[in-house]
Amino acid sequence: MSVKNHTWPVLAVMAMVIALFTACGAPTNPTTAPAAPTTAAPATGPTTTSSAPTTAAPAAARGTCGTLRLLWWQAPTIANPHLATGTKDYDVSRVVYEPLAGMGPDGVPDIRYGLAAELPTLQNGGVSADGKSITWKLKQGVKWHDGSAFTADDVVFTYQFASDKATAATSSAMFADIDKIEKLDDFTVKLTWKAPNATPYQAFVGYLGMIIQKKAFQDYMGAKAKDAPGNLKPIGTGAYKMREFKPNDQATFDMNENYREAGKPCFKEVIMKGGGDATSAARAVLQTGDVDYAWNLQVAADVLKDLAKGGKGDVVINLGASVERIQFNRANPDPALGDKRAEPDQPNLFFTDPKVRLALSLASDRKTIAEQLYGGKDYTGGETCNILVSPAPIVSTTKFEGCEFNLDKANKLLDDAGWAKGSDGLRHKVVNGKDVKMQFVYQTSVNPVRQSTQEIIKQSWEKLGVKVELKSVQAGVFFSDDVANPDTYPHFFTDVQMYTNGPSAPDDIAYVRAFTCEKRNSKANEWRGTNVERYCSPDFDKIIDALSKEIDPAKRIVLYKQVNDQLMNDTVMIPLVQRNGTQARSKDLKGVVPNTWDSNLWNLADWRK
Amino acid sequence: MNRYLIRRLLFALPTLLAISFIIYAIISLAPGDPLSQFAANPAVPPEVRENIRRSLGLDKPWYERYFSWLISLVTEGNMGFSFSSRLPVTELIFKYRLLPSLWVVGVAYILSVLLAIPLGILSAVKQYSIFDQFASTLSFIGFSVPTFFTGTMAILIFGVSLNWFPWIFDSSIVDNFFIKGDLSYFGALVKQSVLPVMVLGFFQTATLMRYVRASMLENLPLDYVRTARSKGLSERLVIVRHVMRNSLIPVVTLVALQLPAVFTGAIVTEQIFRVPGIGSLIVSAVDTKDTPVVMAVTIIYSVLVVVFNLLADMIYGFLDPRIKYS
Repeated sequence: MSVKNHTWPVLAVMAMVIALFTACGAPTNPTTAPAAPTTAAPATGPTTTSSAPTTAAPAAARGTCGTLRLLWWQAPTIANPHLATGTKDYDVSRVVYEPLAGMGPDGVPDIRYGLAAELPTLQNGGVSADGKSITWKLKQGVKWHDGSAFTADDVVFTYQFASDKATAATSSAMFADIDKIEKLDDFTVKLTWKAPNATPYQAFVGYLGMIIQKKAFQDYMGAKAKDAPGNLKPIGTGAYKMREFKPNDQATFDMNENYREAGKPCFKEVIMKGGGDATSAARAVLQTGDVDYAWNLQVAADVLKDLAKGGKGDVVINLGASVERIQFNRANPDPALGDKRAEPDQPNLFFTDPKVRLALSLASDRKTIAEQLYGGKDYTGGETCNILVSPAPIVSTTKFEGCEFNLDKANKLLDDAGWAKGSDGLRHKVVNGKDVKMQFVYQTSVNPVRQSTQEIIKQSWEKLGVKVELKSVQAGVFFSDDVANPDTYPHFFTDVQMYTNGPSAPDDIAYVRAFTCEKRNSKANEWRGTNVERYCSPDFDKIIDALSKEIDPAKRIVLYKQVNDQLMNDTVMIPLVQRNGTQARSKDLKGVVPNTWDSNLWNLADWRK
Repeated sequence: MNRYLIRRLLFALPTLLAISFIIYAIISLAPGDPLSQFAANPAVPPEVRENIRRSLGLDKPWYERYFSWLISLVTEGNMGFSFSSRLPVTELIFKYRLLPSLWVVGVAYILSVLLAIPLGILSAVKQYSIFDQFASTLSFIGFSVPTFFTGTMAILIFGVSLNWFPWIFDSSIVDNFFIKGDLSYFGALVKQSVLPVMVLGFFQTATLMRYVRASMLENLPLDYVRTARSKGLSERLVIVRHVMRNSLIPVVTLVALQLPAVFTGAIVTEQIFRVPGIGSLIVSAVDTKDTPVVMAVTIIYSVLVVVFNLLADMIYGFLDPRIKYS
């Protein structure tokens, strides 16, 4: 038996490796979403009628675009938006279901991608002048995918299903303000609020407001919701209908030939594949063109830039509403305090003094972090010095003292605050009769970008004579509600921590209410208050009080700016980076409108090739 | 022999109980939360998340949950439902996930056995030849380089640069071929399975081949081989009929011991190639603390391991007359 000539496989492999390293294409620039119009206030948006699609290009005829391939690196597991356990589930549902109105990228509800015939406003009387009720007029002649008619009954039923405590719907908080819901006629629904409601577009709008079919779910209320066949075989009103859904893997859709708009949708079928990892999902669009669209690419900016040279697709971003921030603990997290650890009535040794907080803000190099680690505003995030960064009308333009990067100023502030440098180079001061050194723990979740951010911050803070100990907690622990685990972000058992947070709607009072005194986290509320900084200011509470009563949209904008400015002037935290949503689409895919406030697939009816 | 069997089976029950208890404890006490996706989402406030956890039964202490899980498993064969898809776990596993795993891992497994035995024998017979050096080098690479690396390389080389094979697994092709019986999908099925099978097969072939080679080398210098040769048998007959037969006894047991892995899929490879099998299911289930799914997969795996262990011992006794079980 001859065993010579076994060297050719080695050569072949070598050749392949060489081929691999020489694969390269023309560089491309990522396309950003068109800037949102800054004229429309959240609640006085122009009322678009359902008959006028504003897409520029003439749409091709229905079903002429072939197959659309979507890749979600987290696989959808359930096609019922009210039982979702993640964004992926809203997305798979959004292909089939519709809310009364989509929430547009500019923060204005958009009824083209919803079931309302017109947007109720103060001007047209849909929103009552006293803010106590909202009346939605529904589109007529809309058919569910099984051919039955869509009516007000389905809207009423959706409310009943989602607000039933036994159903345990993810969306239930969106319906919590509703006192009663009435069907005035087959195509009119009136919601009455428990108190005058300044945010009427919370219920039934966007991804948390999708309308499900009464017929399909009426026998599966409450605890039986998990047994509903509709969780896997949803019957909706949207442009595509579910052909087959394999949880945790793949969903296939066919065009809805009875969709209400002529000539839409353009694709004959949609395949939504799930699973894998974000980097290879980006590669499948940008480098090989195997798929048309990939979602939520949480990939390091330099890797993404490199993949974008593949030339098959573009990176599409939407300016996000969430901000990566460093939080100051106003309470003392010293473990020696035992049961009193980090309770709101235990003042922090360093951060009760505004000069110290301001000094640390001045010693935080936002620009470097945003550009080096996030790739800047055209990639995964740009620097910001606001807490409310979207929608455009509510963004404050005030210049704050803590926004520049200035170590000299920071050092001077700490000197003025009485923290003198000792022989070991560390600042110290007598607090409550004890000589305290300025050293603290700075925690965040395990994530390469966050660990790099920690390093950059630590480096500049230590130049001030502050000792910083870094701690990173597994994301699964850090972002959990586990009452027994001291390492979660709501416990905040360190002096400083960092993560991203932001509003979930353009007008989200729940988000800013998390800075009020009553929401402070403590043992008593099992650290579920949502105010993790333990910040408490009567002035701030007054603004929130006014905001909760104000129903005039123009005045609300002023109040939101005040919220932002108060938090910033108080240096409650250090905002670093405005995080973007990052997607990738193939070069020939048209009609994608990136959107922070709704699902990625909110306007799928208009996607075409 | 029968008494031995009965004793072994009786021992298996407490073993399985202990396994299930330990795994339940570990997964319950490990940090994490099925709703961590919404941890910082103001639209899903803490009280809503708490209510959802209550509806999943997560408000009870873990040992209580374990016993109710165990009772419903023993009395009705019910393994509960998945938290994320709300499907009965057995349906999720057997209806949706088992087939892709069986196909990809099974084919890789069969290929590795078919390749490893002749290659191992050849390597041993021609010890220190160029062929042996080459095969040994390859097999060292094969079982020391992890599949997450070889898998990624395979994608980059054959999927991205050369564009020979698809690298995103489409499970509907599997369904069309096996369940709907549409034979026209065979080409597509083979094409999309090449990379994951290659990566898995490479690893398994390498491991198995070393065993075959070592086992052959143990037998080759023994007296009965010299006897066979001195009887004037041809070298081929000596190797095939005498040495190989004796050398494969330990290999057969090894092959039997590895069989359960075919049912539970390949965790890393499935994840990389997006094969919707049981391996990738358990990854996402551990990620989202989907306890019923993790429990079901581990229990099925434990049962298979116990059964195949027993089977391996039986086969061993059958093949090797020197061994008697009593």
